Amino acid sequence: MYDFFLAPFEFEFMRRALAGTLALAFGAAPVGVFLMLRRMSLVGDAMAHAILPGAAVGFLLYGLSLYAMTAGGLIAGFAVAIGAGLIARVTELKEDASLAAFYLVSLAIGVTIVSLKGTNIDLLHVLFGSVLALDDETLILIATNATISLLVLAVIYRPLVLECVDPGFLRSVSRAGAPAHLAFVALVVINLVNGFHALGTLLAVGIMMLPAAIGRFWSRDITRMVLIAVTAGVLSGYAGLLLSFHAGVPSGPAIILVAGALYALSVIFGRVGGLVRQLFPGRHLEA
Amino acid sequence: MLRVFLCALVLTLGLAPASAQQPKLKVVATFSILADLARNVGGDRIEVTSLVGPNGDAHVYAPSPADARTLAAAQLIVENGLGFEGFMERLVKASGTKAPVVVASKGVRPLHDGNEIDPHAWQSVANAKLYVVNIRDALKQVDPAGASVYDAQTRGYLAKLDALEGEVKATIAAIPPERRKIITTHDAFGYFAAAYGLKFIAPEGVATDSEASAKAIAAIITQVRVEKVPAIFLENIIDPRLMKIIAHETGARIGGTLFSDALSAANGPASTYIDMMQNNIRQFSAALASS
Repeated sequence: MYDFFLAPFEFEFMRRALAGTLALAFGAAPVGVFLMLRRMSLVGDAMAHAILPGAAVGFLLYGLSLYAMTAGGLIAGFAVAIGAGLIARVTELKEDASLAAFYLVSLAIGVTIVSLKGTNIDLLHVLFGSVLALDDETLILIATNATISLLVLAVIYRPLVLECVDPGFLRSVSRAGAPAHLAFVALVVINLVNGFHALGTLLAVGIMMLPAAIGRFWSRDITRMVLIAVTAGVLSGYAGLLLSFHAGVPSGPAIILVAGALYALSVIFGRVGGLVRQLFPGRHLEA
Repeated sequence: MLRVFLCALVLTLGLAPASAQQPKLKVVATFSILADLARNVGGDRIEVTSLVGPNGDAHVYAPSPADARTLAAAQLIVENGLGFEGFMERLVKASGTKAPVVVASKGVRPLHDGNEIDPHAWQSVANAKLYVVNIRDALKQVDPAGASVYDAQTRGYLAKLDALEGEVKATIAAIPPERRKIITTHDAFGYFAAAYGLKFIAPEGVATDSEASAKAIAAIITQVRVEKVPAIFLENIIDPRLMKIIAHETGARIGGTLFSDALSAANGPASTYIDMMQNNIRQFSAALASS
């Protein structure tokens, strides 16, 4: 028992990886829940692509510098999010369409810059962060970002919930909607950049959206959904690292695969709208 | 004005053949290290082309039609032998070249890497000296008029190789015996290990250049601890960030870049055979010297 569940963490790099995934789950999973409730689940994916070129430019200018890549990713992410939001507000185009346009252009610019620079380094390889290679700097950055993310979320929690449930009502009672929305988009970007340091751009979205989708199957209450999502994220991180340690699976995919398995279980057995519940409704429905 | 230019042109064209020596002997070597050895023997009398260029990997080399043309025009072909150039036999046939093929490793006592012969014999300077002699003899046969030049140049170069071998031995001798081992994925140092007494340990579990698993990293860390390895040279497969983590957790040093199967580009740290060997022993001694 001890050998299987705890012994792997006698290695320092495993403890670092665990700490990193915990911070990631605490920061990203709640943001994922709100993205999902606002039917913006795929926005995360689009934003992840928008971040990639920014980080790539940071890498090309300053090498494997944590801060350059973070700053590049944040700038590109904010530019795309704000640009897409502005266009959606002042023109007829809907936000998803303008976001699609922006991130595609951003991606194209990134690829162009990389090829102009003409390095033969496999950029994707570099841009895939590894959860096994978290040094002090990266760990502190991830934890700081997660903390900021949680604090900001606490501040904008009420308007955010209202906007999910009844945007019309929010507009009638308060003008907090627009700033809350902006702050929320900023949180999405920050958490994606975080995930990208630990898991790489492609899998960063996974630790954000999969726990959220899991939470949706177990509760109708937003607060509880957030708690379940965070728990699912933490569990995926821990079990994924164990899987990577014992079975030799690459660590990033292992974490997301565990989250995927939890998601599949939730789809089948989930208390809220799971398949089993729909096929065999409880007695209380008959009463 | 135009007339002046034309005059100048005619003069240059007329003078060009007169100023050049007799045409150079066209020698084709299969990879960059052999090409460098051949250049040192042949000097100005020969023009050396390397099929696999600097930084290229001859193990996985796929010859192109242009290579067949190069071979067809060659007057002497130098190959390593020992099964290093799997592509050569067919390429020589396909090109229809009449040039003789000299096997530079002739006379080397082959080491075995598992069941197969280890072809990287040049990693021992003593073997490189055999290479040089083989190349000299082949050049003398193809171009008897240059025999004395080849002899003289070979003598000079062999002296440099002797000095190099002394340097290699002295550098290794300066490393405390219990620290003479590294972990590396380079599998080309069998002859170096046998000749100079440095132990090369392959890392466990790491095979691909894709994302590493926790299992593989844990295996390397355990290995470094158990075997008390002072340094790891994994620059060619592992993410530099992962290397730092391994070094941090084990106290092992991170080695620099080693060159084994190919020279670097002309502006790199290993543009000639001698530079390559010096680069490698510098890296070894920097990583293994007691702190």
